[in-house]
Order: sequence, then structure tokens, then C-alpha cells
Amino acid sequence: MPIQYYIYLSLALFCIGIAGVLTRRNAIIIFMSVELMLNAVNLLLVAFSKMHHAVATAVDKVNNVGTDGQIFVFFVMVVAAAEVSVGLAIIVMMYRNAHSVDVNFLNRLKN
Amino acid sequence: MSQLVYLVPLLPLAGFLINGLLRKSLSKQAVSIIGCGVILIAFLISLGLFFQVKANGPIIQTYFNFIDIKGLNIPFSFQVDALSVLFMLIITGVGFLIHVYSTSYMHEESTPHFARYFSFLNLFVFSMLLLVMGGNYLILFLGWEGVGLCSYLLIGYWFKNTDYNYAAKKAFIMNRIGDVGFLLGIFWLVAKLGTLTYGNVFAAAGNLSAVDVTGITILLFIGATGKSAQIPLYTWLPDAMAGPTPVSALIHAATMVTAGVYMIARSNILYSMSAVTENVIAIIGIATVLLAATIAIKQNDIKKVLAYSTVSQLGYMFLGLGVGAYNGAVFHVMTHAFFKALLFLGAGSVIHAMGNEQDIRKMGGLRKYMPVTHITFLLGCLAISGIPPFSGFFSKDEILAAAYAKNPVLWVLGVAGAALTAFYMFRLYATTFLGSFRGTHDQEHHLHESPAAITLPLIALAILSVIGGWIGIPAVMIPDANAFHHFLQPVITTEAIAEMPHATEWLLMVVSVAVAVIAILIALGKFTKRPELNEPQGLGGFLAHKWYIDELYDAVIVNPLNALAGFFKNIIEKSGIDGIVNGVGRFILYSSRQVRLVQSGQVGSYILFMVLAIIVLVLIWINDGYIYTYLSKIF
Repeated sequence: MPIQYYIYLSLALFCIGIAGVLTRRNAIIIFMSVELMLNAVNLLLVAFSKMHHAVATAVDKVNNVGTDGQIFVFFVMVVAAAEVSVGLAIIVMMYRNAHSVDVNFLNRLKN
Repeated sequence: MSQLVYLVPLLPLAGFLINGLLRKSLSKQAVSIIGCGVILIAFLISLGLFFQVKANGPIIQTYFNFIDIKGLNIPFSFQVDALSVLFMLIITGVGFLIHVYSTSYMHEESTPHFARYFSFLNLFVFSMLLLVMGGNYLILFLGWEGVGLCSYLLIGYWFKNTDYNYAAKKAFIMNRIGDVGFLLGIFWLVAKLGTLTYGNVFAAAGNLSAVDVTGITILLFIGATGKSAQIPLYTWLPDAMAGPTPVSALIHAATMVTAGVYMIARSNILYSMSAVTENVIAIIGIATVLLAATIAIKQNDIKKVLAYSTVSQLGYMFLGLGVGAYNGAVFHVMTHAFFKALLFLGAGSVIHAMGNEQDIRKMGGLRKYMPVTHITFLLGCLAISGIPPFSGFFSKDEILAAAYAKNPVLWVLGVAGAALTAFYMFRLYATTFLGSFRGTHDQEHHLHESPAAITLPLIALAILSVIGGWIGIPAVMIPDANAFHHFLQPVITTEAIAEMPHATEWLLMVVSVAVAVIAILIALGKFTKRPELNEPQGLGGFLAHKWYIDELYDAVIVNPLNALAGFFKNIIEKSGIDGIVNGVGRFILYSSRQVRLVQSGQVGSYILFMVLAIIVLVLIWINDGYIYTYLSKIF
């Protein structure tokens, strides 16, 4: 499958994520949009990595070029999982304090 | 003895440091002993140096290089020759007597201020010694500035009185004006000759062009007009009487104000090369004599009379310098130091007895209350009036004879000045000491002769005022009796006064003495019974207001300068400089208030800005072409 399809897909996912972050006020939905952007990037990394690997193995069977992108994705997933736990904990605390998950209430540092 | 030269100025400096730094812990007695002791030792060393110089000629001691750069080497050196040793004796000798006098005169001051007074006085003696002992013009200039500073400090000694502070400031600023001229003269010398050491300068003086010599000597003379209170910079000296009376005696009569005479006598080789400068000096000198003398006859403050008398006598010295009678001028410095210090100290004794009253209209008849002060003051008056055989006669006569040889008009004016001198001195004497007492009953009750610490210096100075002139008896009286000329010969090499027939000289002497005696008799007859008690009118008022010179200076120089300063302060400073500084602050405040609106506290808007910023950055990268070309390879 041509690489362009992957790029279009991840671009679309990323833009959906940005739009979600910009337009929604619910903290959980913003959070999900952020995850969407992260996964768009993951998808792109994997796609490029696969492409490079295919080109390299065509020349040399034992070449492992392009695998590092895939390993990078694993790291992103791990970090994202950790971040989700922290982020959800913050949202829970926010709900306990403000009885709402609307980010527009988080303006106490103003002035 | 010559190894001890450095001690002469160093001892007063040590006295200044000890008295100044320990002024809170020393007792008055200790301060007096230190203050007077260092001067006495310096005087004894100077006396030893005097005999050595007399026997073996000048001593030049070089200690270290003061300024040593390419093409200019100014050593820190002392030159003790006939001229400077003479001044050293006057400074330390008269200085010592005045220090002793001060221990009694200033005794009512609190101890720290008493010590401050003595430390300033010692610092003054140090600076003055530096001035006369320096081996080049720069050391002279150091002392020159030092005495100016001490004069300022001592005039403003009673610093709680605003008028005294103004007087001190006036003295300092007037001196500074002269000092600028002096400094320019020194620069000119450096530029043309590359040296400031006396010996080298005088040896190379022949290489200077006529314009250079005239320029340098005129500039140095401007310095002298400031320091020695000549027209046009004389107005500070009468105001300087704000200081304690012994200060007036030491600084503003005997020593500091003669610094200009010393400097010109020292540079006689340069001055005798420029006829223009000599004429300028002679004219300024005689003008100062007459101006100050006319003012003095209408003053009623005992110290003011003496102050104008000092200005007038300094004018005689400059007249002497201008007509080439360098010996006569230096001789007059010496005799004037004796009798003017005596008169000031006598005035101080009177002021002390009168309870700080200085107005002679409220005195009178003090003769029977203060016999010692009266006799010594009378001797001083006779000396300054030029009555033989008192000292003032010999020195004034020498100057007048030289003036006659130069131009008889100068002599006539000089004799007129001498008559005025005799008149105002005996007006002062008669109003103060003769007649009947005109003060309050309280004052009369407290009238008393001053203690020994005051009368002994008076007696010593009175003896010097009487016999001090005998070392310079003119050749016409006793041939070859003028020890003074003989002693100064190595330094003053250019004295050239036309020989006169003896009969003429005798005639000049007789005329000037006769004029002085007539003036004395008129003054005594006029003021003994009926002293001037009312405010003078007409011409007298004009003289009493000092020819309105102070008012003239205020109108022409001081007020325009103040107006200019006010313009700079109110317009340039307030609106200009402050406007720029405050404007910067106001602009920052205003703009930051506008920028603060961006920080709304809405998370959504922050993210929007972030995204927009990223888009902008990406667009910049694309324009760079790097990402653009990479992407275009793929698609």
C-alpha cells in the first residue's frame, strides 16, 4: 500500500485531535483528543519505518534498517500509558474540587 | 641639616593627622602641645637650614619621581634656597606665634572642635611649606591648592552660620578661577619646555618666544590675583574675615595671600623677560592699593578695615614686582607678615575683650583697659604707615623708590596710597583705643587685658615689627648695610632698578614720610573726639559699600550664572532628562498593560495560541525549503 495513504490517515487523525482539543471544554474529551494525536504520530512512525525496512531488505536480507521507528512507538505507548494514569488522576482530583470537568473553570492563576 | 629638610613639612602633617584623627580622645592641653610643638620644631629646623643656606648656598633634595612618563619627568623635590628659607621662617615663626595665640583665643570651643581647628591650622602650615619648598611648579601647585582648601575649611570653621559658609565658598570659588589660569600657565610651560623644575625652566627660558613668555607669565599672574587678592579677584578676602581672627592673621594676612608674591619672585627670570606683563602687574598693583585703601577708610568692622588694608598692602607688593623691585616685594612680604599679623592678633584681643563685638563704633577708650594690646597695636599702626624706623618704612620705601625709577606717576599714586593707609589705620586706632568707651555697661565691666598666651605673641610680633626692617636699610642711609638684598641675591638675579641720585632718594623718603605723618595727624585730630558714628552718605556711602563691586559682580556674573543654572535645572533637567526617563517607564507600564490581556486564563485560548504558533513555525520551515523539498520527494 502506498505510503501516502498512511500519511493522509495520520494527518486526518492529527487534525481531528487538534480540532477536538481546541473546540471541546470537557477535560476527558480533550484528553482523548490528545491521545488521538499521539496515535496519529505512532501510526506515521510505524508506516515510515515499514517503508524503510522494505527498501532495505530488498537489497540485503539480514538488514534491520527501519526497526528503530517501531521500537520508538513502543516507548511512546508506554509513556502515553503512564501519562494517561497521571492525567486521569488529575481529572479525578479536578472533579472532586470543582464538581466539574470543564477546563474553563481552571482559570484561578489568572491575574 | 640638609637631611632634615623633609621633616619641616612632615611635622605639621603629622600634627594634622594626630589632632584630626584623635580629636575626640585628646584633651585640649594635649592638642595645644602637639599643634604648637610640631610648628616650633619645624621652625627650629628652618632656622638651622637658614644658617646652612646662608653659609653653603641652596639645598636641593629629590625624593622620588612624582610623574615619570615619556618626555616629562617631574620629581618630588624640595628646593631650599634663600627665598624659600625666608618664607619658611615667616611661615613657621609667625605661624608658631599664632598657634600659641590660638590656644587661648579658641579656648571656649568644645574639645573636638578645638582639635579640628588645630588640625586644620597644621594642615595649612604643611600646605604652605609645600608651596614654598617645592622644587618645581607642580609641587608649588600642590601646596597652592592645599592652602586654598585650608583657607576654605577655616573660613567656614563655624559652619553653623550660613553666611560664613557662603564666605568660605566665595573664597574657594574665587581662588579656583585664578587657579585655572595658573594651571594653564603650567601646561604651557610643560608644552614648550618639557620640564617644571625651577633650575631647568630658568636655564631654558631664553628659548621661549616673546608671546610664550608673556602668555605664561600672565596666566601665572592670574593665579596670583586669585590667591593674593588682587583686582579683579580680591572680593573674597574681606569676606574671609568670617573665620576665627588668628586664621585671618595667619592665612589671610601673613602667609597664604603672599603665595602669589612668592611665586612671581621665584619666577623673576621669566617675569623680567616680558615688559608687557610687568606693566600689567604694576598697574593692577597700584589700582588695588588705591581701591582697597579708599574702601578701608569707611569700614566700621575692625577686621574688615584690616582685610582691606591687607588687600592694599598686597597691591604694594605687586607694584614692587611690576616695577622689578623683587627684593622690595619680598621684603614687604616679611615686614607685612610681622605687622599685619600683629594688627590682626591685636584686633582679636580687642574682639575677645569686647565679647565678640567687631564694630569699632561701639568701642573707644580701650587704651586704659588693655595697655599691652594698645601699645603693640600702636606700634603695628606706625609700622604699616611707614614711619621710620619701623619695619614698614623700609620695605614700602624700597618699593616706592623703585616705582619712581620706573615712572614718577606710579610713585605719586603710591604715596597717595601710603597717605590713605596712614589715615585709615589711625582712624581705626583712634576710634578703638582713644576717646571714651561707647559700648554697653556690661561690656565695660568685662573689659580686661588678655592672658599671656595672647599678649606674648603680640609683644614678640611688635618687637619684630619695630626692628624687622633693619636688615634691609637702603644703601643711601648706610652703604652696604642691606643684608636682605645680599641674602636673596642667588635667587633674585634680575633685579634692575635705575640708579638715582642720593638727593632724589632722600627727597622721596622725606616726602612720603611727611605725607604719612600729616595723614596720621589729621586722622587723630578728626576721630579722637568725634568718631564717625552715623552711616556715611554720598561719596562716603559709596566707599562704605565697597564701590558696589560685590553688587556689580552679582549682577554681571553671579545672577546670570544662577539664571542659567535655573534654566538647566527647571527646563532641561525637569522636562528634558526627567521626561525621557519617566517616559520610558510610562511606556513600559502602558504596553505591559496591553500585553497582559493576552493572558486570559482560558486554557482553550492558550492551546489555540500554541497551535497557531506551531503552524507559523511550520510555515517558516516550509519557506526554508527543507521540509518542503522532502515532502515533495514523497508525493
